[in-house]
Amino acid sequence: MTPALPIVLIAPLVMAALLALVPNWRLASWLNVGACAVTFAASLALFTAKPAATAMLVLDAFNVALIALTAFVGLTTAVFSAGYIGHEVASGTLNPLRLRFYHAMFQAFLFTLLLALSANNLGVLWVAIEGATLTTVLMVSLYRTAASIEAAWKYFILCGVGIALALFGTILIYLAAQPVMGPGLAAMTWTRLLADAARIEPNILNLAFVFLLIGYGTKVGLAPLHAWLPDAHAEGPTPISAVLSGLLLNVALYAVLRFKMLLAANGAALAPGPLLMVMGLSSLLLAALMLYRRRDIKRFFAYSSIEHMGIIAFAFGIGGPLANFAGLLHMAMHSLAKSAIFFAVGHAVQASGTQRIDGIRGLTVSHPALGWGLLAGVVAIAGLPPFGVFMSEFLLITSTFARQPWLGVLLVLGIAVAFGALVLRVQRLCFGAPTGGAPIHGTLLPLYAHLAVVLVAGVWLPAPLVAWFQAVAALLG
Amino acid sequence: MIDIGYDAAHLLGALVLMTSFALLYQRRLFSLLNVFTVQALALSGAAAWQAYAHDEPHLYITALLTLTLKAIAIPVALHRIIQRLHIERTVEPALGIGLTMVAGVSLVTLSILLVLPVTENATALTREDLALSLSVVLLGLLMMISRRNAVSQVVGFMSIENGLILAAVGVAGMPLVVEMSIAFSVMVAFIIFGIFLFQIRERFETLDMRKIESFRGESD
Repeated sequence: MTPALPIVLIAPLVMAALLALVPNWRLASWLNVGACAVTFAASLALFTAKPAATAMLVLDAFNVALIALTAFVGLTTAVFSAGYIGHEVASGTLNPLRLRFYHAMFQAFLFTLLLALSANNLGVLWVAIEGATLTTVLMVSLYRTAASIEAAWKYFILCGVGIALALFGTILIYLAAQPVMGPGLAAMTWTRLLADAARIEPNILNLAFVFLLIGYGTKVGLAPLHAWLPDAHAEGPTPISAVLSGLLLNVALYAVLRFKMLLAANGAALAPGPLLMVMGLSSLLLAALMLYRRRDIKRFFAYSSIEHMGIIAFAFGIGGPLANFAGLLHMAMHSLAKSAIFFAVGHAVQASGTQRIDGIRGLTVSHPALGWGLLAGVVAIAGLPPFGVFMSEFLLITSTFARQPWLGVLLVLGIAVAFGALVLRVQRLCFGAPTGGAPIHGTLLPLYAHLAVVLVAGVWLPAPLVAWFQAVAALLG
Repeated sequence: MIDIGYDAAHLLGALVLMTSFALLYQRRLFSLLNVFTVQALALSGAAAWQAYAHDEPHLYITALLTLTLKAIAIPVALHRIIQRLHIERTVEPALGIGLTMVAGVSLVTLSILLVLPVTENATALTREDLALSLSVVLLGLLMMISRRNAVSQVVGFMSIENGLILAAVGVAGMPLVVEMSIAFSVMVAFIIFGIFLFQIRERFETLDMRKIESFRGESD
């Protein structure tokens, strides 16, 4: 095993313990950035290394890019967070003790995500996603307001039940695999399970997948299990909203896709595609309609995340090389664009002092760099060219019309309805007479870095990257 | 022929399920906690028996964890919290008791119909353990839905967890059971004691989730 993978995992874990002990929040916020930079650098080194899978960790074409993406968004969010908490301390909403807790939890959260992505063992994957739930529940309740505690409670209850059901599914997978592979760790190891998938009893596998889909699907935010998501996004600190949308949802979906691969490799088990398609389409349509009634800006973009996770789940449900390619690309693009939007929203909310959409007007006039950045982010997420989201949505729509024209109509309808809501809201947010004139804290670099990547991906995807996406799309079946 | 290993495991599993039903109709918080303690004891016994009968010593750790944490530490702490915070000692369930019991029985039927046909190749003990534990999980879910009080929701969540541990213990040779039960316990402990009961109390002067839920982010 290459040293890069242990560094990716150990750096955030050690820093989580260390940051709990640093009393100076300003120092802690920069240490947080430093730790994320180390993790990101190590994650890039993973692309060149091809380590063999161990009993606990695995690195393959599918997860290596997601690890790098997670480390990258972690780094930019840490930079954004340094400026964000500066404002929160200045306005007296957060005290140093809570910030110590916040920084420790931020690193612990990144650790659990990276562990979930690199786990080769179903049990480790489950423990990691459970840990991610725990750390985010604690961070959502950071402000200790009535609304934030209610949001954290709802999150804990719904996702607690979700991961409980996922554990039941995991136990069922072991039960199915154990007669074939014998008792012990082998029957819970990805690589071994995948190699022997065809010999596993398909009936138990079907039952297990239903539990796993509902369990981890709760964390993806697929309808009708999405109720926790808007509250958790709206009431927690904005850097947490950015990593929830940008990272956690992707990691939960990654878990579902791994199990989908297992079912596909079995052959005799039920086809997981239609289940994902139904959940994806209903999330898309529901969230697209709900967008029109939102008055809170963070809630608004949280519903947009549900919509996009629906699109991605639908893409993997359709399956086949082209739709899988579109799904993977959309996963990466949504992660970058949505966290960029949350960075912009965080600054805008701090400048205007309210989360109500009515209270934020004319950002391009009062804060030109921020306003145009937010506008670009919304244009990207709405699926307009030249950004990368346009490309992935275009690929998905063409491949859907080629194979399931009726579902294609519904897909386009959902995307169009959501597009209308985004255009309606962003006009008021970005143009007109400005409401808030307070200066913004921190740098806009993370926002523009994300937008630049999304823009470049929309205009030109490098050939090796395309080859890589195609290889993973083939892997997903 | 009498197979004592099978009978004992079956008895303990059934006891866990019985207590799940008993949890459903408790109106007083203290008796709810007492019934939960019995359930944790039965689960701990089931884990210890499995460790002995199948010679899997790591399950003794699971049994010990269940015993100390769920049968002793958590009920005692919840007792104290209820007393110190002067929480209302009786809870009105959102659903009537008769209706809840009917729903409970149908959930058990459902889980038996779901599990037994698909696990024909597994041993009888594993199949029945799995059916029992799925019933416990579903009854825990029902309890979380039918009670709107934070303490009973936490007890409901922990009984779901008990059902999962029963399942994990019942499947022969399952690795990482200990680690998973630790991870679950840490989560519950953090949530209960670190954050919610104190914070909710501090903010709302109540532990009734119905009142808390009126603080909607978009009520204005």
